[in-house]
Amino acid sequence: MTALTIARRDLAAYLHGYSAYIIIAAILFLQGLMFNAWVLGASSARYSHEVLEQFFYLDGGFAMAAAILLTMRSIAEERANGTEVLLRTSTASDGQIVLGKWLAAMAMIAILTALTIYMPALIMVNGKVALAHVVVGYVGVLCLAGATTAIGVLGSAMFRFQLAAGIFSTVLTITLVVMWILSEITDPPFADLASYMAIWNMHFTPFQEGRLTLSSLVYYSTVTTAFLYLATRILEARRWE
Amino acid sequence: MVEVAGLTRFYGDFSALSDVSFGIAEGEIVGLLGLNGAGKSTTLKILAGTLTPSRGSVTIAGVDARANPEALRSRIGYLPEEPPLYRDMTVTAYLRHAGRLKGMPAARVESRIPEVVRLADLEGREEQVIGTLSHGYKKRVGIAQAIIHDPKLVILDEPISGLDPAQIVEMRRVIRGLATGRAVILSSHILGEISQTCDRIVVIHDGKLVAQGTEAELHQGGSHKLVVTTRGEPERLTSWLEAHSLVTGVRRLDAEEGLASAVVSMTTDERERLIADLVGAGFAIRLVEDPEDELEEIFLALTKQEAT
Repeated sequence: MTALTIARRDLAAYLHGYSAYIIIAAILFLQGLMFNAWVLGASSARYSHEVLEQFFYLDGGFAMAAAILLTMRSIAEERANGTEVLLRTSTASDGQIVLGKWLAAMAMIAILTALTIYMPALIMVNGKVALAHVVVGYVGVLCLAGATTAIGVLGSAMFRFQLAAGIFSTVLTITLVVMWILSEITDPPFADLASYMAIWNMHFTPFQEGRLTLSSLVYYSTVTTAFLYLATRILEARRWE
Repeated sequence: MVEVAGLTRFYGDFSALSDVSFGIAEGEIVGLLGLNGAGKSTTLKILAGTLTPSRGSVTIAGVDARANPEALRSRIGYLPEEPPLYRDMTVTAYLRHAGRLKGMPAARVESRIPEVVRLADLEGREEQVIGTLSHGYKKRVGIAQAIIHDPKLVILDEPISGLDPAQIVEMRRVIRGLATGRAVILSSHILGEISQTCDRIVVIHDGKLVAQGTEAELHQGGSHKLVVTTRGEPERLTSWLEAHSLVTGVRRLDAEEGLASAVVSMTTDERERLIADLVGAGFAIRLVEDPEDELEEIFLALTKQEAT
């Protein structure tokens, strides 16, 4: 499958370059700092599952940031370097190009996520948590990161410059995050709609708490597919520019 | 092999290409000639499948671009002016990646790499990182990726731009080698290069096709020219030529002391008769030759005709 060829090349570029290492190192450092100061360093006594919930709250946020930072270069850099021509004259459809870019970024997010495993391990050492809670929490983090990565790929497909792609993706992601605030100040049915659209509150909290819900899985799958579809349409439209 | 019919492309209200039609046979190298902004790159991008035409059709080896764009892309190889190279990859790794992107099975890619390395004259550079290669070798890697999947049509946009004279000679040889079993179209702003490399020329001006044919055929559509150098006064030579019934134009050239030289234009190819008349009129002929910039003259005449 050509999408895998594209993903393999992108993953190799991430691993051979230094920017991905800097992003991952910076995120792990900041996350570790906040985990120690905020999650483990709280003055009041808490149950281990509450500490774990706080960890996933942090991990979700940092995974979103990593997704935007990693994807802002994916298609925009190919365009800026002129290598996009190789992809666009290949037999890969525009959808396969987008999928390949998303898969490569997700592989990097998965590596980053795997490197955070020491934090739940520390909670397990100092308390008692269900392994299922850890697994479900990480599934939630990957779902959230998957949707954000799709937004990042869309931004990267829209702009030639990485910075513009990053700013667009950040603004769009924050808009989707703060939708829950909108839901609190509007009346039904808009409140329900805004609440459902919010990328974090209603859909990520169950994962944070160790609950695997079908509606949240459907939501993240839909959001990811929708933004990847939009990115594909952007690439198709560029053949008409 | 390649049929382009009624190709039209608008950018907003601006018509970049208008009703352009031409064909390319197997084994043929066609040169696309035109001034900057004439529509050359638009034509090549449409042929490469990176741009969609507003109207018209492109058929390559029986596959229609609109009906089956992905199948068409498997039949074309494209080298843009700036080769699409990943600087961090080795030549072999890059060609392997390009082959897989073109939908080739892994085993086929591995067997094909030595062939394209030989065709593009890259022997000894297979394991070199692309970023460390010279500009000429980067162009060759670009050509190698364009032919890795054995396409029916190879599209080369300004393939010799930025190359030094030695590299140009090598590149000319490489391009000539590409035409076996496939069609090649290239654009270049260097008229001499088109003249030396291509079997046929397509001239585009202001988005319209103004002429196509071999250099000789294009020549027949315009005037016949020769450069005459004689002993004696330049004024005598030019005034005699201007008075001759066969001559439609005379342009005096700088010549050594005691010599006279001029470019002579005629509507019919009767150079032998003109020279005989010169000898008969008592001119001591030192040299008769074709103008060096013959293609340039043809090109300028064609684009001028179109403009007026």
